[in-house]
Amino acid sequence: MAKEVKVYSTPTCPWCRKVKQWLDANKIAYTDFNVAQDHTARDEMVKKSSQTAVPTIFIDGEIVVGFNEPVLKEKLGIK
Amino acid sequence: MTAAVYAARKRLDAVLISKDIGGQPMWTGRIENYMGYQYIEGFELMAKFEEQVKQFPLEQRIGVQAVSVKSIAGGFEVATDGGGKFQAKAVIVASGKRPRPLNVPGEEEFKGKGVTYCSVCDGPVFSGQRVAVIGGGNSALEAIDDMMKIAERVYVVSVTPFTGDQVLVERVRAAGNVTEFLEHEVLSISGGTLVEDMEIRDIKTGEKKKLELSGIFVEIGLNPNSELVKGLTALNQQGEIVVNCRNETDVPGLFAAGDVTNVPEKQIVISAGEGAKAALQAHKYLQRL
Repeated sequence: MAKEVKVYSTPTCPWCRKVKQWLDANKIAYTDFNVAQDHTARDEMVKKSSQTAVPTIFIDGEIVVGFNEPVLKEKLGIK
Repeated sequence: MTAAVYAARKRLDAVLISKDIGGQPMWTGRIENYMGYQYIEGFELMAKFEEQVKQFPLEQRIGVQAVSVKSIAGGFEVATDGGGKFQAKAVIVASGKRPRPLNVPGEEEFKGKGVTYCSVCDGPVFSGQRVAVIGGGNSALEAIDDMMKIAERVYVVSVTPFTGDQVLVERVRAAGNVTEFLEHEVLSISGGTLVEDMEIRDIKTGEKKKLELSGIFVEIGLNPNSELVKGLTALNQQGEIVVNCRNETDVPGLFAAGDVTNVPEKQIVISAGEGAKAALQAHKYLQRL
């Protein structure tokens, strides 16, 4: 079954765009939360991850901070 | 990346090793001084660089950081953070710079928990909150300019008076929510799970003050990523690799290019040109062997 992927991002953050491009290229469905505008999502990101950096990616609840391709591949089971 | 393109076009048996693609331009919003583009974002320019590298059959190891270069018989051995080892007759170091840390108690502990070095990335996370920008140069002033539009209050802490462009200083001073602590130093950062406050001291009077806040943007300059060749070749006082006009270090076969070197002026267009020079010189060096 496909994993649930949530991306918490800001529009100005280059690494957020990189993560989303990479997910698109790998045909991974995800929900994007713009934490610059959606403060409920921002508070949820900060509360659940205990940190304030973007991009923060939740993969079935597991947290990945930043664009880290090897870790994303591992968590998503991409070879 | 430019060195990689030139190396590939010379059909050198080369490998590009980098922790990530893009480096400092990725944190830059607007670029208006890279020829060929009247205006382009750093992210887009680096995507174009990456695409250009990919059109050549060059081996790439991205996500891997080179941690040391040592001399071995017939050339060099490059070790990576994953325990990998690469042998080569010539090496080009083009590892750029990274944000300089404050080196105060609490900074490391609260990195990513309120302390950030990328205001372009993380700035909007702190909208409506109290934040501090540390530094008085242009990058600090640009961070203040961005944050004063969205934060409740922006504290500016700098050991010097403002040193950036006057036009930026005037813009920041015209805002109603910026409080200046110039000629002040940061003593410590503290909090619970996230940053809650920061202690500062007036350098002239010694008076201490505690600021309650949630975000701290460190914009006090950059350090060269030259540790991998420390002890192998000469570094200047700033830790930059010393090269001549042919991008040669004092070790034959070891070249360096861009912001990690002592080249005057750190600009994308200059670093790209330096990368091209270094690859062409490395090619000539290999032909002479």
